[in-house]
Amino acid sequence: MTEQVLDAGDHAHPPKTQRRITLRPRRARSKLESSFRTPLWHRVAERTIAVLALAAIAAIALIFIFIAREAVPMLWEAEFAEEVEIRDLFFAKEWKGYDEPVFVWQPVGEPVKFNVIPLFIGSLKVTLLAMLMSVPLGIGCAMFIALYAPRAVREVVKPAIELLAGIPSVVLGFFALMVLASWAQATFGFHFRLNAVVAAIGLALTIVPVIFTISEDAIQSVPQTLTEAALALGARKYQVALRVVLPAALPGIAAGVVLGFGRAIGETMIVLMASGNAAIMEVFDFTTSVRTVTATIAAELGEVAQGDAHWRVLFLLGVMLFGVTFFLNILGDVFIKRLQKRLTAS
Amino acid sequence: MLSSCTSGKSPKSDEGATETRTSSRLTIKGSDTMVILAQNWAQAFMDANPGKVLQISGGGSGTGMAALINGTADLANASRPIKDKERKQLTKRRGVEAQEFRVALDSLAVYVPAANAIEALTIPQLKKIFRGETTNWKDVGGEDRAIILYSRENNSGTYAYFKEHVLDNEDFAATAQTLPGTAAVINAVSKDAGGIGYGGIAYSEGVRTVKVAPAGGDPVEPTMANATSGKYPLSRFLNIYSAGEPSGIAKEYLEFVLSPEGQEVVEGVGYYPLPKEATAAAE
Repeated sequence: MTEQVLDAGDHAHPPKTQRRITLRPRRARSKLESSFRTPLWHRVAERTIAVLALAAIAAIALIFIFIAREAVPMLWEAEFAEEVEIRDLFFAKEWKGYDEPVFVWQPVGEPVKFNVIPLFIGSLKVTLLAMLMSVPLGIGCAMFIALYAPRAVREVVKPAIELLAGIPSVVLGFFALMVLASWAQATFGFHFRLNAVVAAIGLALTIVPVIFTISEDAIQSVPQTLTEAALALGARKYQVALRVVLPAALPGIAAGVVLGFGRAIGETMIVLMASGNAAIMEVFDFTTSVRTVTATIAAELGEVAQGDAHWRVLFLLGVMLFGVTFFLNILGDVFIKRLQKRLTAS
Repeated sequence: MLSSCTSGKSPKSDEGATETRTSSRLTIKGSDTMVILAQNWAQAFMDANPGKVLQISGGGSGTGMAALINGTADLANASRPIKDKERKQLTKRRGVEAQEFRVALDSLAVYVPAANAIEALTIPQLKKIFRGETTNWKDVGGEDRAIILYSRENNSGTYAYFKEHVLDNEDFAATAQTLPGTAAVINAVSKDAGGIGYGGIAYSEGVRTVKVAPAGGDPVEPTMANATSGKYPLSRFLNIYSAGEPSGIAKEYLEFVLSPEGQEVVEGVGYYPLPKEATAAAE
């Protein structure tokens, strides 16, 4: 009975009351499946895959726990409280020798000043700039390659862009430091030779391939029937690209953008080499030098004694960075799901 | 040079490794300023004592101290004196006192690009520049150009020395860009017309060093004579620290470093050997 409803539902729109029942056939089907035994090796393989997947999740959870374990004692340790007040990590304070309350990161000296705000502003500035450059570039590239490029061009350009993803970030960093920085200063007359823009260009080079590859896949997998139908209705090629293919591929493209964002905010070597690493509290001017969270951890963690206040603060930075990327990834995921729902519902 | 030692058993656990390590292997970590010097010492020492293996790495004076405290290095190179906090941590963690050995003399040079004509700067001027209070070269007698500050990462002994002796322990300007290593600072300064940076004297190639005047004094050039006599205001001792009284290979190495042969190496690298009385005091 229920299966009949399902069949009917596939061919014609059933009345609303019946549509709800269409959820049931799944159970009926799985009952059918369990009526004969799956081969042993299938079950073993299934279990193995499940265990592996769980291990990956467990690894991430453990990493988080171990990082947090180094940071959390700052809440009660007397040794830490002697040196640092926790509120000074996040709020401006008028330190001795300054005329006004300031956000400063000066982890060596008397007294030590660990304000994490300029670091997060630095990270977000570089990431935002890199995204502004690489999102249009990556998506544009993907659309051109998937929809417009002649076969010969596609076969050269596509591997070339993907090759870009294989360049070690230290090489890109060196390129940004030695070549790009001088060029950018000569062209735009930057006050700082090494600044957020230079680092962001370097970063964009690593993110473009990520966004490009995933977007291109998404665009390729838009059903041919959609484009053909649009063309048959008399749409022009650009209309098909912008109004049919792009919206249909949007969830996939959004996934690429989210992945690119994660890569950008976590990237260390390029920003360490090309951003100048000055922890300047400046939100709007993108041409100043910046110090990112990742570069700070990389540059300073080697120096500090285990269990030191500085050590704890660096791990706190790690926890916060982990939190931010995790939160943004989930946000991106929710957004993609919504998008998918909206697209498939209509 | 960094090949691993095959003779003798190498204890696996990190804890107490240095105590039980009676073999012919020595790990030295620390100051980037001293890394070339230490490598030359190690090479000369290993040539004279075949079968002994020395591992030298840089990372900054703070890195070396941290490694000494954590027990991952036998000796720490430091271009600044040990901090009280580090001394306490070492006693607490390893149960021994830190021992200091002065091994060479270095002058901290102030660099500007070769095209910058500025002759000399006083210590108070330098303080204002690196505090971010003086922002244009014309305020210190140069051309009308914005000053761009280049500093070292804060794990560097050079950074700590400069902060203490030039900035009176006040903070660097937030706009000071921090670069990993003196070589990176020099590279950046040489490419930046408004740049100014500081670092060990042995590195100063491709940029110009500025004469430095102590507050109320005459400008002094960073030369060996001026450093040894104490005239140049930014001279400092380069040190090696050990956890407790050094023994075995560490002791032999330190004796070699302080010997006339070892001091000859210092000069070869571009730093200044210890004045005679300092060597005598150390022995």
